[in-house]
Amino acid sequence: MIDLIIIFIAASITSNFVLAYFLGICPFIGVSNKIESAVGLGVATTFVMAMAATVTWIVYHQILVPFNLIFLQYAAFIMVIACLVQFVEMVIKKISPALYKALGIFLPLITTNCAVLGLTLFMVLRNYKFVEAVVFGLGAGVGFSLALVLMAGIREELEYANIPEPLKGTGITLILAGMLALAFMGFGGLISG
Amino acid sequence: MIKDFAKGLWRENPIFVQVLGTCPTLAVTTKALFGLSMGLATTFVVISSSVVISMIRRFVPEQVRIAMFTVIIATFVTAADYFLKANFYTISKALGPYVPLIVVNCIILGRAEAFASKRPVFRSFLDALGMGLGFTCALIVLGSIREILGSGSLFGVRIMGKGFTDWIVMVLPAGAFITFGLLVGLFNVINNKVKKKI
Repeated sequence: MIDLIIIFIAASITSNFVLAYFLGICPFIGVSNKIESAVGLGVATTFVMAMAATVTWIVYHQILVPFNLIFLQYAAFIMVIACLVQFVEMVIKKISPALYKALGIFLPLITTNCAVLGLTLFMVLRNYKFVEAVVFGLGAGVGFSLALVLMAGIREELEYANIPEPLKGTGITLILAGMLALAFMGFGGLISG
Repeated sequence: MIKDFAKGLWRENPIFVQVLGTCPTLAVTTKALFGLSMGLATTFVVISSSVVISMIRRFVPEQVRIAMFTVIIATFVTAADYFLKANFYTISKALGPYVPLIVVNCIILGRAEAFASKRPVFRSFLDALGMGLGFTCALIVLGSIREILGSGSLFGVRIMGKGFTDWIVMVLPAGAFITFGLLVGLFNVINNKVKKKI
C-alpha cells in the first residue's frame, strides 16, 4: 500500500510530469489562459491517462510480450491512445452534451499530448505491476492538472502586469514555468528514493 | 523552391517562432551533444515521413488521415530508436524515452498535415529538411548555453577557467524553462529590429 502512495505522490508532485519531465508542454502553454478551460482539460486528460495506463499495460504484457512483438510497441501504444480519446469523446457526447461542449477542441488534442504517450513509456521502462501502473497513470494526470491550473491562475493575474514587449506571451510563460519548477523542487525531500 | 527550404531555418523556425515540439527541446538539452543527436533523429523522421506521406497523399481518405500519418511516423521513429540503440548506446541511454516521444512531436504531424499532404514529393522533402535543420540548430544553441553555464564545458570539452563555479540551476528543469523563455524573447527583439530596418 505504502508503495502505491509513494508512486502517486512521486508522479503528481515530486517528479511532476510537466515541470520535471517536460511532458505535455504544448497544452501547458497553449491552454493555460483561463482557469475554467484548464480545469476541464485537466480532468479529461487525467481520465485518458488513467485509462491509457490500464489498457496499454494489458496490451503490452498480454499481447506484445507473449507474441514477441515488442518492436510494434510505439505504433501499438499510439493507436491505443488515439482510440481511447475517440472513445472518451463519444461517451462524453452521449452522457453529458454540456460537458462535451465545454471541452470542445481540447478533447481530440489529448492524442498528441506527449504526457500520455510518455506515461505509457515510463510505465514499461520501470516495470510497474498492473495496480502500480494504474496508480501511476492517475498520479501523473493529477500532477498535470495541478501544474496547468496553477499556471492558469498566475497568467490571469499577469494580464494586469507590465511585461517587457518581446517577452509577452510565450516568453514570460516559459520563465514563469521555470520558477514554478524551482518551487516544485522544494517538495523533493518529501519522499526519498 | 529555396523558400520552402529556408523558411524553416529562421522565419518559421519550429522552436522559436512556432513554439512546437517543446518537450524534447527542454528535456534533452542539458548537453550540446544530446541536443545535436535529438535534432538529427528528429530531422530523419520528419524527412522520411514527409516524403512517404507526400507520395501517398492521393490515396489517403480524408477521415483516417491522422491515424495513417501517426502510424507512418511511429514506424520511422522505431527505426531511428533501434539505430541509436545499436550504434550509439550511451546517447540512446541518455535520451531515454524522449526518442520514442518523437512520435508525438507536433512538428512532424504539423508538417505532414500542413505541407506534405498537399504538395509534391520534392517540395515536401525541402520543407522537411529546412524544418529539421532549424529544429537541430535551435537544440544546439539551447544545449550549448546550458552546457557552458551548467557544466563549464562544450561538447564535453572544458572551456571555462578554474575560477568558474557551475550554475547547477542550468542543468535542472528550471534552467531549461528560463533559458528557453529568454531566447524566445531575444528572437523577438532581433526580428523587430530587422523589420524596422526594412
